[in-house]
Amino acid sequence: MRPGPFASSRSKSQIREALLAYGLLGPALVLFLAFTVFPIGFGVYISLHNWRLGPREFLGLGNYVRALTFGSEFWPSLGATLTYSLLAVPIQISIALTLAYLLFQKIRGRTLFRVVMFLPWVTSTVATAAVWARLYSPDIGLINSALKSLGLSPLRWLLEDKGIFTLIATSFGISLPDWLRGPSLAMVSVVVYTTWVFVGYNMTLFLAGLGNIPGEMYEAARIDGANGWQLFRHITWPLLSPTTFFVVLITVIGTMKAFNHIWVMTQGDNGTQTASILIYRQFYEFQRAGYASALALMLSLVILLVTIVQNRVAADRVHY
Amino acid sequence: MAIVTAAPNSQAGQQLAPRSALNWARAVIYLVLIIVGVASVVPFVWMLLTSVKDYGDVMSLRFWPWPPLGDSALRFDNFVEAIRLIGIDRDTSLPMFFRHVLNTLLVTGIVVASSVVTSVLAAYAFAQLQFPAKNILFILVLATFIIPEELVLVPRAVMMNKNYLNWYNTVPAIVAPFLADAFGIFLIRQFFLQVPRELYDAARIDGAGHLRYLVMIMVPLAKPAIFTLALLEFIWTWNEFRWVQLVTSSSNMRTVSVGLVGFLQTDGGAQTQLAMAVAVMVVLPIVILYLFTQRYFTEGITTTGLKG
Repeated sequence: MRPGPFASSRSKSQIREALLAYGLLGPALVLFLAFTVFPIGFGVYISLHNWRLGPREFLGLGNYVRALTFGSEFWPSLGATLTYSLLAVPIQISIALTLAYLLFQKIRGRTLFRVVMFLPWVTSTVATAAVWARLYSPDIGLINSALKSLGLSPLRWLLEDKGIFTLIATSFGISLPDWLRGPSLAMVSVVVYTTWVFVGYNMTLFLAGLGNIPGEMYEAARIDGANGWQLFRHITWPLLSPTTFFVVLITVIGTMKAFNHIWVMTQGDNGTQTASILIYRQFYEFQRAGYASALALMLSLVILLVTIVQNRVAADRVHY
Repeated sequence: MAIVTAAPNSQAGQQLAPRSALNWARAVIYLVLIIVGVASVVPFVWMLLTSVKDYGDVMSLRFWPWPPLGDSALRFDNFVEAIRLIGIDRDTSLPMFFRHVLNTLLVTGIVVASSVVTSVLAAYAFAQLQFPAKNILFILVLATFIIPEELVLVPRAVMMNKNYLNWYNTVPAIVAPFLADAFGIFLIRQFFLQVPRELYDAARIDGAGHLRYLVMIMVPLAKPAIFTLALLEFIWTWNEFRWVQLVTSSSNMRTVSVGLVGFLQTDGGAQTQLAMAVAVMVVLPIVILYLFTQRYFTEGITTTGLKG
């Protein structure tokens, strides 16, 4: 049976629309396939080899075994990554949320505050990290000179390998067991810088989330006699939870792959060798493409797992 | 993906507490905001001041060595000295720093143009057209968005070496991973989706096809979103460090961010006032651009969220 004239012209126009769509998508898709999708597979292939410019010998899972073997630098680097993340995420998020909440009040100069606080995120991390490295300088840094003028003793900041708990305890004349040393002062210094960069960015996302909460909700609650804290606890917090979840998610992922500023400030020394730094060093300094690829695949797997776990946890708690 | 829209400034904020406690609460709020605001700019101010300081004043930790507190002069020649120390590019006989600026402008120009065009085209297809495998392709784009860059960094760099594409130390290698950006597709698509369908039907009656409708109607309507995308791509590319460092080895192929890190590791860069002079030249163009265009940034990151 021959299709009627209308059916055939409709399917013809459908075909034309599909062809047009593929044409429009073509450039982006080709680029994604060439420089993102293909490299994923290629990375797996590289990771199975001893690789110098090209494949030298097939190692199977050798690179993975080497990374996972007790005593390799992979486990400590994952530890540093998690330490960095666990320090940076709560500090960043709580400050950003507080600032957003404050800025959401009837405030003069709101735009000015917002613009100024967002500025660190806009500028080159490499350049601002270089500035901060000088601010942290033990001899000529602004931070130590401020400490001195307050009568406090200067610290070695990015050059300090000792844990912060050890440092605090020592200043009280107590010696701590090694397992209680805490993150290195260098790591904490990097976290402070990270907070400086990202607080304005996260605050902007929170502000947008706050703007989406209908004003009538507050009106109604206030008529019922709710105070400021109750308004926050029972309206803002639950209704903001999708934004909070989203900000936490991208901050966790962002901290787990942080690279530029750590590289500029410490090159991974003094307890700041995160997995990203280790991967870069193995590849850039030692040309170990196979080993670096294996490390990168495992780091990505960890990031993926963390993301899935966060989604699971959030599923019960986020109110959409 | 959380889709949130920017907080309208006009919307009345809530009040913290009854009037009696209000003044105290407000004072504390302003105090906190001012402290954070000052902390946000102090590093920039310090960078700027240090870049025009005398070496001796840097070493003796004087925050403001100029009149009325001191008698030093502003040392603008730090900039000249820093540029001299970075060296001369043998190809063009230009100072190497200017070569880095030219490279950066070329690279950012290519990335901005390419990512805008590919994003607009793809966004139109996803927003307006029906075609087989649309969902699968959309998920593919989403996947390129969420995979960590670490995963593809090494294989991408390997692809550039002489056994494969042989692009090492060239502009194509620097720009290749950034020519299309899923972020841009989402940003523009989000905008296209808000345009009422009737507009297309009307254009249709006037005899316009999809391409004509896209170019004559949709693109002009989406100008703010396109401008936002162009701005963000510009600063991201300007600030890009790791990838450029990985695929270039000769200084005359490098960009300002990579040049800055290289300079920091030299004897010249060890002098803080010279290091800060170079940092100022890397940061200042972006700061000025941002101050004139700041509202687009907020819209860009709040409509699509992502990108840390």
